[in-house]
Amino acid sequence: MTTTVIFVYLALVVAVGTLSHKLFRGTGEDYFVASRSFGTFLLLMSLFGANMTAFAILGASGEAYHEGIGVFALMASSSALIIPTVFYFIGTRLWSLGKRHGYLSQIQYFRQRYDSDFLGLALFFVITALMIPYILVGFMGSGITLNQITNNQLPAWLGGLIVCAVTLAYVTYGGMRGTVWVNTFQVLVFMTFGLAAFIVIFKKLGGVENGMAIVAAKHPDLLIRGEKILPLQLLSYTCIPLSVGMFPHMFLHWLTAKRAATFRYTLVFYPLCIAIVWVPSVLLGVLGSSVDFPDGKMPAANAVLIKMISVYAPGVLAGFLGAGVLSAIMNSMDSQALAIGNMFTQDIVRHYGFHDKMNEKQQVWFGRLFVVSVIVLTYALSLIVDRSIFKISVWAFTGFAALFPVVVAAVFWKRSTKYGALASILSVVVLWIYFFVQAADAPNYSVGGSGIMPVAVILAVSAAAMIIVSLMTKPPAQEVLDKFFASDGYVLSEKGLRESEKVVHSRM
Amino acid sequence: MRSAFLKWILYAGIIVLYLLHNDLWLWNDSQLVLGLPIGLLYHFGFCVAASLLMFLLVTYAWPRHLEVENPEEPQP
Repeated sequence: MTTTVIFVYLALVVAVGTLSHKLFRGTGEDYFVASRSFGTFLLLMSLFGANMTAFAILGASGEAYHEGIGVFALMASSSALIIPTVFYFIGTRLWSLGKRHGYLSQIQYFRQRYDSDFLGLALFFVITALMIPYILVGFMGSGITLNQITNNQLPAWLGGLIVCAVTLAYVTYGGMRGTVWVNTFQVLVFMTFGLAAFIVIFKKLGGVENGMAIVAAKHPDLLIRGEKILPLQLLSYTCIPLSVGMFPHMFLHWLTAKRAATFRYTLVFYPLCIAIVWVPSVLLGVLGSSVDFPDGKMPAANAVLIKMISVYAPGVLAGFLGAGVLSAIMNSMDSQALAIGNMFTQDIVRHYGFHDKMNEKQQVWFGRLFVVSVIVLTYALSLIVDRSIFKISVWAFTGFAALFPVVVAAVFWKRSTKYGALASILSVVVLWIYFFVQAADAPNYSVGGSGIMPVAVILAVSAAAMIIVSLMTKPPAQEVLDKFFASDGYVLSEKGLRESEKVVHSRM
Repeated sequence: MRSAFLKWILYAGIIVLYLLHNDLWLWNDSQLVLGLPIGLLYHFGFCVAASLLMFLLVTYAWPRHLEVENPEEPQP
């Protein structure tokens, strides 16, 4: 019965995605950014859905299972402040530039802002490489979910393959509109069933207070941070959510907003959505460490939430709850696949002139072929990688967060140069590889054992490289600055707006 | 003038909230409040405070100069 519910749900997802195709206007702008037409609700659902990966559901519960409640402070509450702040300062400005200049990808913006094809190409490769571990956790999460929820009837490799096929089907057919419709549907599903899982499981154990009393008796160390999380670790983890400023799928979702004002209530509700998803995930993970499982075996960390669901909420309900977990996973995989296909089409095929040799249909097929190649590579990796979903995700986020100075400088600092940006990117690549190798055999690695996460060091070096090299090199051309820091005060200068208002008043 | 001052106050609010994220005083406190570990409840409250701060930011310090009504033709 559980398997039937899951497959009906997957069919429903494909139906929603393909239904959106009826509104397709047949243009690239409509396919990739839905003609910049979304209002507040769809923007909130798509931004939130795209960020809530297997990391937030399975990773958070799995990490809380070992490390306790401190996981919420490490990732959730810091994200609740930092992500909307990045949307406020960066997202709205990039939306404005994107709409004004007709951008369809993040790399188009950086290439023109720094007037450098090479920088665009370097970013394309770095961003695509960083997306691989991010997509990888989706495969791992979907395989684990389907395997556990069907009591091992469906092997993990097949589960990952099925979810991948469903996601690719509605992304390639429905484009951004299909992705956002499905995201909205799925966010509502995983929030509803996530809360349902929380209520059902805790009710069976006599309520939250009783559940926490069980944990307090068996593993009191999970109710505090103690030695498991160091203060410097908490502080440096706050760098991780800066990654949203450089995610290509976030950039693409920002462009879908109808107006700048569309962002307003998205920012207000975003922190509350995070709390609604993460509190149950963390509490269920902590609880999983202290309850008895009928088979007497403790589950693997990544699978603890699904194990709890299948033990404490069997049958049809388990199917719905499993569907909720899958929906969170697919929500991000679809946006990531669309963003990669978009970058390849806009920034390689079209930018380098291949569009002269191919018709529109062939370009789209080339884009799809590239997405499928990346997905197949990632899928193959998911069959051999056996590490914590939480830890893998953090490595992907580390790379994107360390690139944050590139976008901040591009938006706010006129004096920043392409060489500064290239130095910043190079420092991220070199240090990311260095720390990744250092941490290969140390799951709880921090710099010198101090608790400082590698992201803080790479971010600091990346920012320093941007500043020093920019100041040492020739300033950008005036025509480039005029385009992005308009003297008419229209896009980026509040002072300019006040000046133009004065002119209007003086004419009245 | 008043709105510029308010804007900077709200920006300072982001920094204050960021500092409050580091709740060292609850690090080893395992008491349950409303059935939840206090360290978790504090950070749940932090999320609510972040939402409130965002409400104030979008109400009193919204960058309205970013609105684009008549975009240029899209570039290839």
